[in-house]
Amino acid sequence: MNAWPSETLVLLALSLPALGAVGIAIASRIPNLREAVTLTVAAANFVVVMTLLTRVLDGERPAAGGWEVFGGIEIAFLVEPFGMLFACVAATLWIVNSIYSIGYMRANDEPRQTPFYMCFAVAIAAAIGIAFSGNLLTLFLFYEVLTVSTYPLVTHKGTDEAMAKGRIYLLLLMATSMMLLLPAIIWTWVAAGTVSFAPGGILASAGLPVGAVAVLLALYIFGIGKAAVMPVHFWLPAAMVAPTPVSALLHAVAVVKAGVFTVVKVVVYVFGVDFLATSGAGDWLTYVAGFTVVTASVIALRQDNLKKRLAYSTISQLSYVVLATAILTPISIIGAVMHIAAHAVSKITLFFAAGSIYTAAHLTEVSQLDGIGRRMPWTMGAFAIGALSMIGVPPTAGFLSKWFMLSGGMAAENWVAVGVIFVSTSLNASYFLPIVYRAFFRTPPAPATGHEAHGEGPFPVVLALTITAFTTLAMFFFPDIPFALAEALVGQEVTK
Amino acid sequence: MSTAPLHLQDHLPALQVVLPLLGAVVAAIVRKGPLAWLVALAVSWSMPFIAFALLYEVMTNGTISYAIGGWAPPAGIEYRIDQVNAFLLVLVSIMAALVMTYAPRSVANEIEPERQGWYYAMFLLCLTGLLGMAITGDAFNVFVFMEVSSLSMYVLIALGRDRRALVAAYQYLVIGTIGATFYVIGVGLLFTMTGTLNLVDIADKLQAVENARPVIAALAFIGVGIGLKLALFPLHLWLPNAYAYAPSTATAFIASTATKVAVYLLLRFVFSVYGVDIAFGDTPAATMVLVLAVLAMVAPSLVAIFQSNVKRMLAYSSVAQMGYIMLGIAMVSQTGLTGGISHLFNHAIIKGCLFLSVGCMVYSTGITRIEQMAGIGRTMPLTMGAFVLAGLGLIGVPGTAGFVSKWFLIMAAVEQGLWLLVAVIVFSSILAVIYVGRIIEIAWFREPVNAAVSPRNPPVEMLAVTWVLALATVYFGFDTRITADIAGQAAELLLAGYR
Repeated sequence: MNAWPSETLVLLALSLPALGAVGIAIASRIPNLREAVTLTVAAANFVVVMTLLTRVLDGERPAAGGWEVFGGIEIAFLVEPFGMLFACVAATLWIVNSIYSIGYMRANDEPRQTPFYMCFAVAIAAAIGIAFSGNLLTLFLFYEVLTVSTYPLVTHKGTDEAMAKGRIYLLLLMATSMMLLLPAIIWTWVAAGTVSFAPGGILASAGLPVGAVAVLLALYIFGIGKAAVMPVHFWLPAAMVAPTPVSALLHAVAVVKAGVFTVVKVVVYVFGVDFLATSGAGDWLTYVAGFTVVTASVIALRQDNLKKRLAYSTISQLSYVVLATAILTPISIIGAVMHIAAHAVSKITLFFAAGSIYTAAHLTEVSQLDGIGRRMPWTMGAFAIGALSMIGVPPTAGFLSKWFMLSGGMAAENWVAVGVIFVSTSLNASYFLPIVYRAFFRTPPAPATGHEAHGEGPFPVVLALTITAFTTLAMFFFPDIPFALAEALVGQEVTK
Repeated sequence: MSTAPLHLQDHLPALQVVLPLLGAVVAAIVRKGPLAWLVALAVSWSMPFIAFALLYEVMTNGTISYAIGGWAPPAGIEYRIDQVNAFLLVLVSIMAALVMTYAPRSVANEIEPERQGWYYAMFLLCLTGLLGMAITGDAFNVFVFMEVSSLSMYVLIALGRDRRALVAAYQYLVIGTIGATFYVIGVGLLFTMTGTLNLVDIADKLQAVENARPVIAALAFIGVGIGLKLALFPLHLWLPNAYAYAPSTATAFIASTATKVAVYLLLRFVFSVYGVDIAFGDTPAATMVLVLAVLAMVAPSLVAIFQSNVKRMLAYSSVAQMGYIMLGIAMVSQTGLTGGISHLFNHAIIKGCLFLSVGCMVYSTGITRIEQMAGIGRTMPLTMGAFVLAGLGLIGVPGTAGFVSKWFLIMAAVEQGLWLLVAVIVFSSILAVIYVGRIIEIAWFREPVNAAVSPRNPPVEMLAVTWVLALATVYFGFDTRITADIAGQAAELLLAGYR
């Protein structure tokens, strides 16, 4: 594979998951074969993405595509360090999540599994498409493919509730992207004459007045509904009606990370960090993101449903990334990039644990979890690690990203941002630690009132959450790869 | 006629109209459904070849002027073909060929055997009228073909198996006749002022009488007349019932061609004959059309959301989509016109696909009411899969043809700083998300009931044609050489006018 040209690898990384969807459809009658197709394609895709990673780390910037669609705008791919990181996260966690899905979907006897795995594969293809996009049009194309392909996953259960939530999901994501993001992209095209991502941005020389730049930035921030900045966050709690593997990979990793990824990408490659910092057109973003971080944490505190609590935690954590970007210093942007990876592995662990509890014990509420850690030590152990990472306690991945965000905020003397991070950290602790405490230190309810005896979740489920928990720890000790990619993004070395 | 040897390729413009006319006569004579279908099929498939040959000729050698019967214009009737109508001829003839391929079993299912021969004859007559309107360069000849297409369309609609089809046809008969009358009054006024019926000649002579009131009155008459034909909101009242109760194949064909030809006529009169200066400089026409286009994009979309018959829902969506096209025209700019004309093509493909997939559903289950469609996506995945793809095109999701036209329309509005229009365009697509999403939700995520449980398989040719259009919806989202590029050239030509 090392001999293959990079262009082929880029196209392969994009098309493998999509071809996987076709393979899954063909193998639909034989579940074991169908799952084998998913795992094989996920593994192959992982190898391709890792090969690309080594080349990007060597300084190469593989490109592909370049098909003109209309009037000088192309479908083009360019793999730069940040997109590489996002693709790595998506490709790696797809394998783990597939193992988990197989355990979860079979144990819960879910209907219509073939369309489920197909939509999942298409969603991964879309996520990688977003990661590798070379311009805004390509990104927008895959952004919408991601919305459309995840809608059937949200409504998977087919109940009235699932369909109602599906409507919120589709309408909010479509409405924000079509009503705000699309005009923003076209405005950029008319103003700058290009929509290609370029280091240093493309809008600095467009000659837009500061007010217009601020409005354009707002169109982008709220148009990228997947980043779930308040008030366009309602779709995320609604999406929790989906089966847990969907919540885990898509609504904690692929979809929401596609959102914040796009935000960072737009700030860095369309506006340009220096341009935004000097013009002051992005100052308001600190407040909006800070508000979301704190408010979502407060709401999370009040949720008894475990998945809902995780969802609001995700909204809050996503805005960390936006906040870190809004600080507009290289160090804080490194923090933003690191947090995309760190939050991905930690939050997927938490969702895996929630799904494991649901599968083994049929419990969904936090208040039901007394003493469950004694019966499900692996699950709750992993949950504890994920929770610590959310709070930002060493030795977990979450500590690293928070460290960079804080040092960036302090260096820029952005005390609002620093304050928000402190307040939110304490809030994080107060909605996660009680769960861990409950699980391990409270006595379980008497057998008469509780469920019949249960142990750990199914083996694939426990395996998957152990892997991600382990990765959460490992990233603290070996952060080199995400760190190198983040440094390459901001174009300078920052001593650790 | 000259004594030079007869070269067939020199007479392609005439063949484009004469062949379907003869075909209609033959189909009427043979009477038997299957035989008449064979005639119609052969004629329909010859049309795209002629149209493409004409388009190629226009693209390489410029405008074609063909004198009917050898009588030189402006005295004789001239067929005049440039990028604008060559593009339209291609569209209409391809849709005719595809629908005719799809037709036999759908028609056999919906129309009584003794009437099928007439159906095909009328279909060809309608095709003759539409192609004639597009190809001719003579104002009165336009009227003749307009009547040919309208009269045959009334019959096509009336052949629908639902009794309400008769009322729908009657409604269209009354409104369509008013439209044609308005048009012919306008042409009469123009003839009085200029003494000619040849469009180029009229354009030429209008310069001398520019500010005379009758010229503007003529524009108003022609505008309203054509506005009725193209179902410009609020002149659309005939359309929903006509589309809802006509036979499936007739709906698909009419929806993707008839209103488009009317738009072409409007473009031709406003831009080529009158020219931008008179049409938009001396009158508030642009503002009026802009307001109507905006209303068209919003109001019928809202109505579509609450329809219970899927064909009526799609019909109201058509009225809304005409609003997009008119909006592009009313912005009077290169980008806007490019968007409007591309949407003419793109919407024809998309709506054709949607109506054809509904036709498959009607064939297999007889269902037309939306609530009966519960779960039909699970039992007819291919049919409803095509519906979803085309539905995404209707919304304007990137990667579909609908996105391309929307991009140009929004870009035109941004260029002119018309931010309110940008808001209306995107708001209207959200309404499309709702009315398309509603069908998709019911069709795919509910449990199948009644007729939707065990549909018979739709015939392979019906599915194949539906999917050709569904894939075209995606294809033209990426390759815009035939759509946006030619539309751009047509826009340039239109903005320059005949003078």
